[in-house]
Amino acid sequence: MTAAPRDKPTNRRRITNAIMLGLLSVAAIVATLPLILIIFHLLKSGLSSMQLSFFTQVPAPPGRSGGGMANAIVGTVMLIGMACAFGLPVGIGAGLYLSEYRGSRLATAVRFLCDVLNGLPSIVIGIFAWELLVRPVRHFSAISGAVALAAMMIPLLTRTTEEMIRTVPNSLREAALALGYSRWRTSLAIVLRTALPGIVTGALVAVARIGGETAPLLFTSFGNHFWSLSPGAPIAALPLQIYEYAKSPYDDWHAQAWAGALVLLALVLVMSLIARFVTRARFAGGHGD
Amino acid sequence: MATEQALAAIAHDEAPPSPVRMETVGLHAYFGKTHALKGASLQLLDHQVTAIIGPSGCGKSTLLRCLNRMHETVVGARTEGQVLLDGHDIYGNGSSPVSVRRVVGMVFQRPTPFPTMSIADNVAAGLRVAGRRPESPAHKAEIVEKALRSAALWDEVKDRLKSSPLALSGGQQQRLCIARTLATEPEVMLLDEPTASLDPASSQKVEELVYELRRQITVVMVTHNMQQAARASDRTAFMLNGELVEVGPTRRMFTAPEDSRTEAYITGRFG
Repeated sequence: MTAAPRDKPTNRRRITNAIMLGLLSVAAIVATLPLILIIFHLLKSGLSSMQLSFFTQVPAPPGRSGGGMANAIVGTVMLIGMACAFGLPVGIGAGLYLSEYRGSRLATAVRFLCDVLNGLPSIVIGIFAWELLVRPVRHFSAISGAVALAAMMIPLLTRTTEEMIRTVPNSLREAALALGYSRWRTSLAIVLRTALPGIVTGALVAVARIGGETAPLLFTSFGNHFWSLSPGAPIAALPLQIYEYAKSPYDDWHAQAWAGALVLLALVLVMSLIARFVTRARFAGGHGD
Repeated sequence: MATEQALAAIAHDEAPPSPVRMETVGLHAYFGKTHALKGASLQLLDHQVTAIIGPSGCGKSTLLRCLNRMHETVVGARTEGQVLLDGHDIYGNGSSPVSVRRVVGMVFQRPTPFPTMSIADNVAAGLRVAGRRPESPAHKAEIVEKALRSAALWDEVKDRLKSSPLALSGGQQQRLCIARTLATEPEVMLLDEPTASLDPASSQKVEELVYELRRQITVVMVTHNMQQAARASDRTAFMLNGELVEVGPTRRMFTAPEDSRTEAYITGRFG
């Protein structure tokens, strides 16, 4: 009857659907496979070197066993902190400008240049920081590394901030203006504050990304086998230390490189988790004046 | 002769203040090249509710938004003509949009509570910029309570002042926005279809509230609900295609309109 001719295409459609679903599932699994393999491999190779000394001692001289990456862990945290001090205000401010004055010619130009800067190879940014901050003073410094990292962070942050602020409904802006808020107060107290969870997430993602960068640091903060907390002197950083140890001919240095990679991954992972948590906790009770 | 003039001047000075609180004189408004408002001259009487009715796109919201200079916040929007508040042109020299909006408050079609602030902080949000920064937490609580009571919302939210306004119903959110505007003690309140996004029960509450408000302040309400205009206003203005067709006491407008277009609209022949 009428049901029979309809059955065939339906069956074919069902099969096609199953095949496509299968292919997409495979793609989804393959997409996460690298992360799973990396975590597995890092745990296997790095866990054995992760003793207390790894977190408390500076690198041992070549040929001697022991030592750790304490200075590199602190150095990375310091570099990230300084990069944030430069990058967060500029990036968020630029993003706020782009969204609040989106039609202006400057905004169009800034948006385009940010996209270009975002796609720039990180080694190029390293060279730029070297030219700007290392060559004139003739020595490597932590601060030049932080500037290079901030330069990577800013375009990322600018664009996320802009996107997040665009999600704030215009009606809120109008409500604030109608209450007698000036334009800048509307931008800061209402618009920015409403978009803040998203901006914090963007900032954490940017921090996670620059935390693992090696190329911009190669000829700026340079690396250091000893303790240094001075912004004007070369400073150790986890990615640099990993790079150096991985190149070396010593087995125990290789093991330490794995452990360093594990610590770096853990830092990034924690950052992503915090980002998720912040995004979910949108409203946290009343704020007093 | 001269004495007479002097006497007349004194008499004029001592006469009760003009009942006209706000007035537009030959007001035109544009969005780029679109001529949205074509020479409206409208008087808003003190302590009265003026309803502005008309079909969609007739320019009634534009007229309203010219009264607190919100029209110009849209890119490419501009106005010509005068808007007088107590005889002073709010578009004139020495007047800024921010200072106008602190005297002429506005409530929008959709409720717009600030999502990052608690209910109490929403009510207090306009105080600091209005130059009425509370002296103490107790003073702030007092202002918040008074505004919420005026907006007939106090009993419903008094136990959850610290929680998010987003948990309130649409009607409660709208009354919260009215409370937020009232807290700044405006002299004129503009309402742009304040019940358009509310259910009938909430609409009725807001409507009753609007009619109560005229004891304190001058109210202008845009609506395309004619029953609402008939119930909740003292005077009604009818607009069509960017023109102000007719203004008059609400009862006369709905029983004996002078213009045939007004009659056609209120009897439901278009719109």
